[in-house]
Amino acid sequence: MTDAAATLLSVKGLTKHFTLHGDIYSKLAGEKTQVLKAVDGIDFHIRRGETLGLVGESGCGKSTTARLVTRLIEPTAGEVTLKGEDLLAFSRGRMKEARKEVQLVFQDPYSSLNPRKTIMHILSRPMEIHGLAHSWAEKRERVLELLQRVGLGVEHIDRYPHEFSGGQRQRIAIARALSVDPELVIGDEPVSALDVSIQAQILNLFRELQKEFGLTYLFIAHDLSVIRHISDRVAVMYVGKIVETGPAAALFDKPLHPYTKALLAAVPEADPAKPAPRLTLQGEVSTPIDPPPGCRLCGRCPRESAVCAEIEPPLVDVGDGRQVACHNL
Amino acid sequence: MAETVPRPVLELDGLTVRFRLRRGDLTAVDGVSFAIERGQTFGLVGESGSGKSVTAKAIMRLIPDPPGEIPSGRVLFEGSNILDKSDAEMRALRGRRIAMVFQEPMSALNPVFTVCDQISDALRTNLGLSKAEARERVVELLSLVGIPSPQKRLDSYVHEFSGGMRQRVMLAMALSCNPGFLIADEPTTALDVTIQATILELITSMIERLGMSLLFITHNLGVVAHACDRVGVMYASHIVELGDKREIFANPQHPYTVGLLNSIPRLDGHAKYLTPIAGSVCNMMEPPSGCKFHPRCAHAMEVCRREIPRLKEIAPGHLAACHLHDRGTA
Repeated sequence: MTDAAATLLSVKGLTKHFTLHGDIYSKLAGEKTQVLKAVDGIDFHIRRGETLGLVGESGCGKSTTARLVTRLIEPTAGEVTLKGEDLLAFSRGRMKEARKEVQLVFQDPYSSLNPRKTIMHILSRPMEIHGLAHSWAEKRERVLELLQRVGLGVEHIDRYPHEFSGGQRQRIAIARALSVDPELVIGDEPVSALDVSIQAQILNLFRELQKEFGLTYLFIAHDLSVIRHISDRVAVMYVGKIVETGPAAALFDKPLHPYTKALLAAVPEADPAKPAPRLTLQGEVSTPIDPPPGCRLCGRCPRESAVCAEIEPPLVDVGDGRQVACHNL
Repeated sequence: MAETVPRPVLELDGLTVRFRLRRGDLTAVDGVSFAIERGQTFGLVGESGSGKSVTAKAIMRLIPDPPGEIPSGRVLFEGSNILDKSDAEMRALRGRRIAMVFQEPMSALNPVFTVCDQISDALRTNLGLSKAEARERVVELLSLVGIPSPQKRLDSYVHEFSGGMRQRVMLAMALSCNPGFLIADEPTTALDVTIQATILELITSMIERLGMSLLFITHNLGVVAHACDRVGVMYASHIVELGDKREIFANPQHPYTVGLLNSIPRLDGHAKYLTPIAGSVCNMMEPPSGCKFHPRCAHAMEVCRREIPRLKEIAPGHLAACHLHDRGTA
């Protein structure tokens, strides 16, 4: 694939199954427990300094993936390799170090910042935990630097989160992620709660920071235009599976998987001259609860054949750094 | 001037909505005027807090008083002022002549009644149908909005439907009494993009088939570009630009509209940086003087700080509220 040194994070066969415990009546009735396959054997890698965009509809397993690679939840199976080391085998102490290297920015800046702490506290706490700053003066200086770097004023340092707008709060959340000099920043829908004019500001900020600090991003979003804009490479998820990956430009210009095609055809573009959005698939998103064997898109796909219902299509290389999981290309 | 000129279905004339709050007065909608012709889809677009939804609620007379009040303006529906109507007259209007679809179907629908109960309630109250007749009509409506095997889904509860299907139920309820005018307040915002595409298609086809007029409220310019005929852009309680869809997208005249269009990442071309609008939306409790957009505007002049610009016609049917157009300087 790529040489090990250039790969920052790689994931193989990553799987998270949640067992759904039914109520007591269904247990007495002897019903089988159901399994929700949130993430079901996905592979991807992120190279140093690049942005991998992870896109898909609600419930496809994007956020679960983010939680798995940060070990906020433990996977059912699979490997996560950070800088060549097996992340899942890390001891508590080593994991704490790894948390400094991988930081998260969440979707909702209203619930991800503690309302009872000042900005100074919110931004200096990670430095304390990781022993990056010792004296109060040192911390304060670092926090002021961070605030300026994300486009906030020095006068904001002693204020509380409720005094800020959504866009400003997201800037604070980004500053918090940067406070420990991470290598990989995972953004889990970091711009979807924001209005478009503010969203553009935050997207630009992400880009500037990447250039300045050489950051690597795993950027999760459901908005395809945002993904197209920010990503170098893209992975498209559908019901726990990656169905297509590749360089952003190629994937968006010439999507290969029927699901990627459908997603793109459904986006209403802000240009009346473009074709109207339409759905090229049948029905609605399939359920991740006890999915039938075969391709997850079965029953919705315009290119379905007999094999699709029986054998799950593997993600195969199709050249130009692209991979697709479909029997009928 | 009798019936020679076709009257618009809905005409807003200087509508102002104010909320008297403990912290002070907040003007959420300020002198908003626009008209919607018969069979037309009018898109009202703007960011959160711009006053879009309050405008819709004022049309339906759903502004709670107190704290809300409508100190000035008229809402002419088929020629008569809605704001002068009695509560009984309003009840006769709502649902039967004007219906509304909300953003969150889960909170707009009642979780403890079946879908059939909820929809037939409106049918029995408004149209005086019997229980059996109403049930029959509900089946028709559900199949009209594309719910598969409606006979079986009739007695389901709202939580048994997916997000897209819930929005179909909402639409079926809105269409139940054949209203001539529909207000859709962000009907696809809570939905995934593939579901959004089907609901948009459904709404546009229904409007066409039933010959209705539609007020479509959204923050998504992409949705406006495909679902609407005419567009009004709102910013901080004012309409800042008004015109035909093609004009607005091809030839935007207000700096805010231009800024909005530049802020959207595109699916094709790969611009490295976007050109966002500087700053953030003003605090509506203490709005800036003059043009509400001037603190964020790159073209702000002295006059912008003093005077609120009025909507002026720039081209036929295309209006913008900006001092840049005062002396024909664009």
